[in-house]
Order: sequence, then structure tokens, then C-alpha cells
Amino acid sequence: MILLKPNPSSGVPIYLQLMEQVKHAIETGALKPGEQLPSIRPLAEELVINPNTVAKAYRELEHEGVIELRQGAGAFVSDKAPTQQEAERLKAAQALVAQGIQRLRDRGITDEEIRRLIEAELAGVYRSGGSR
Amino acid sequence: MSDRHVIETAGLWKRYDEVEALRGLDLQVPSGSIFGFLGKNGAGKTTTIKVLLGMARPTRGEARVFGKAPSGNDGVDVRRRTAFVSDEKDLYDYMSVAEMIAFTRSFYPRWRADLEQQYLRKFDLQPGRNIKELSRGMRTKLAMLLALCRGAELLMLDEPTSGLDPAMAEEMLQALVGHVAAQESTVFFSSHQLAEVEQIADHIAIIDRGQTVVSGALDDLRGQYRRIQLVFEGNAPEIKVHAPGTHRVRRQGRVLTVLSSSGGDAVLEELRGYRPASFEVSPVSLKDIFLESVKTED
Repeated sequence: MILLKPNPSSGVPIYLQLMEQVKHAIETGALKPGEQLPSIRPLAEELVINPNTVAKAYRELEHEGVIELRQGAGAFVSDKAPTQQEAERLKAAQALVAQGIQRLRDRGITDEEIRRLIEAELAGVYRSGGSR
Repeated sequence: MSDRHVIETAGLWKRYDEVEALRGLDLQVPSGSIFGFLGKNGAGKTTTIKVLLGMARPTRGEARVFGKAPSGNDGVDVRRRTAFVSDEKDLYDYMSVAEMIAFTRSFYPRWRADLEQQYLRKFDLQPGRNIKELSRGMRTKLAMLLALCRGAELLMLDEPTSGLDPAMAEEMLQALVGHVAAQESTVFFSSHQLAEVEQIADHIAIIDRGQTVVSGALDDLRGQYRRIQLVFEGNAPEIKVHAPGTHRVRRQGRVLTVLSSSGGDAVLEELRGYRPASFEVSPVSLKDIFLESVKTED
């Protein structure tokens, strides 16, 4: 399975990191609609994280329509999950991000600073004009 | 006191002669959780564990485990349902691994022989070895096996990974995670390894000088704590931040840093009027929360 160990000290909740990984795997085609995800216990053991955290990530993914939880059978990638088409869209977006980041680097802004700026932007911190 | 909490204390005090080890400790450990119990040395962690196991009687206040008072008549029942691994990993040095297991097994009717075989293999413990020849890591594994096989509903562990190399520490964490997933049990463990607490715990409490200073679901705490850094054109203004949840304000030249436990919005709203040139908000690790919450020695 393609899920990696989350970074527990990043300040980002582990269940969110897991959700992102599953979505990313679907977008890149590593996980296809209808395919089964690992069940909670082996995944918790493999990643050495709390089983409740895995369960929470799965519940949230189900809530978002990304996966389906079938009683007793496990978790499956939803047929409605974003697929290759979505992947193309994201690939284009990725190129935009790459361009933007390159321009910031050219101005001497470090990767760590870029990361913080993007997080602040996403958190809506600058929404009413952070600068000045 | 509810079934939702395996452990619950309210206003717990414990005085030893001149020392007040616990000063009104409140603790709530949800059933089925992996609960990280944090504090500096001398904060009262071991005293709390002793009270919860009925090895010390509280001076004042209440402690309940499975809804029962551990120091009262029900203490036997509490200890029957609770497995404890001490920091010292208490074992009998004159026994072999097999003898230690057989000896322990004889006390517990709910002993899980299937798990015993499973963990012997997994931990690579050789039954014929003498305990006094075991390394610290192997002693920990044996103590862990004895606790995991008892069929206990609550596992209490005092510093389970102290003195272990990272690979062995990870193996112990994996055993705990696997145990909680497979059996319906609760894990309560004290640790100084904040990274491993962040990795496997879903709830935590930080105690300091016998009182709880931070507690809750780890994801909630991660969502609430933010560091807000504001940069000004000139020197940062000398101001008091009134926004609720403000923990600390630090001025360093043109930079003002605020640690908040209620997100960043209220602080930014309050400080916008001082016209910072820029600001940014970043998440905070458990280590930062810990260091901000416990007082340093005066």
C-alpha cells in the first residue's frame, strides 16, 4: 500500500495528513475506484499511529464521498471519487504552483517561508488585507 | 462519573509530609483512547499513577477507575482489570523468561495464551534466557508481554520507551497501537518523548506542580494552538494582548510573537490597529505547547 508514515510533529492533525494521502493516491491513479483500502488495524500497526485516528480519517473521507465504508467488508474507493480527469486538472494546477514557487525562490524567499506563507494564506489570515 | 471515562479524578490532592505532590488534579481518560500523560520530572505523574492503582490514598478529592475508588474495597477489582508496567520494568532476576511468564500467568484467569505465543515470536524473546542476562530492551519487551497477555481492560505504562533505541521504541509503540486496535482496551502512558506521544496518542494531559494545565483531544489542541508572528516597520509596540487564549507575547526588535490557544483570528483582529507590516500564522507542535504550559524553575 502506498500510504506513508505521517509526520506527527508538523502541527497538522494526523487524520488530515492521512486523508490527503488517500486523495493524492486516488488522483494519481495509485488507487482506483472500487479498490479496497487497508483495514484499520493493519494500517494503524503499519504506520504506528492510533487506530482511532485511522477510523477518523476514513469517516471523514466517507463524509466527503471519497470512499465508501461497507459494513464488515472494509473501505473502498468510491466510484464517484475524482479520477484521472481530475488528475489532469491537478497536474495543470501543480504546474502553476511550481511556477509561483520558482518566482518566490528567485526573490530569495526560502522554502520554509514559502510553506508558512501558503499555510497562512489558506488559513484565511490575509483575507482582509494582511499587508499594511 | 460516567462510563465514557475509564479514569476520572476531580480535585485530587496528595500530600506526603511536607510535599504537596498533587494539588487538585483533574483528569478524564476516555474509554478506548491512547492517553499521553505529560509533565516534567516531579510534576506528580508517578504519584497520580500510584493513586490510580490504589498504592497511595488521596489526601483529598476523588479518583475513579472503572467508576470505582482504587484505594477502597473495590481496589482489588480495579487492579485485576488494570495491567501496569513500571518505569523499572519490575521482574524477578532469578527467573528465566519462561518461569516469569508461567508465574505471572498463574495469577490471571483471563490470561491470553494465544497472545503469549504471538508476542514471544514477535519480540524474539527466548524462553530459556535468564532475566538477569536480558538487555534493557529485552526486559521492556518481557514486561510488555506480561502486561499485554493479562486480558486487562486498562494498560498503564510509566515511561514505556525510556532507555530504548529508536527501533525498539517504535516496536513497543506498534505493540500498543496493535493492542488497542485488536482488544477493546485503553492505554494510559506517561512519557517524556513528545514526538511519540504525538504519534500514537489521541488524548493528552499536561500536568505541572500537581495540577492539570492542558488536556483534551490532541487534534483539537492542534487546531486551537497557533503562533502568530507580526513584523513592524519600527520596533514592535509594547502592548498587552487581551484576546482570550493568549499564552505568551514576546517582543524581539521589530518582531512580536504571540502564542494563542484559540486560533489566530482574535489576536490578529486585536493587533491589526497597530499596523504590522506583515504577519503570519503557523501551527504549533506538542513540544511547543508543552514548553509554554509548564513553568520553568524560578
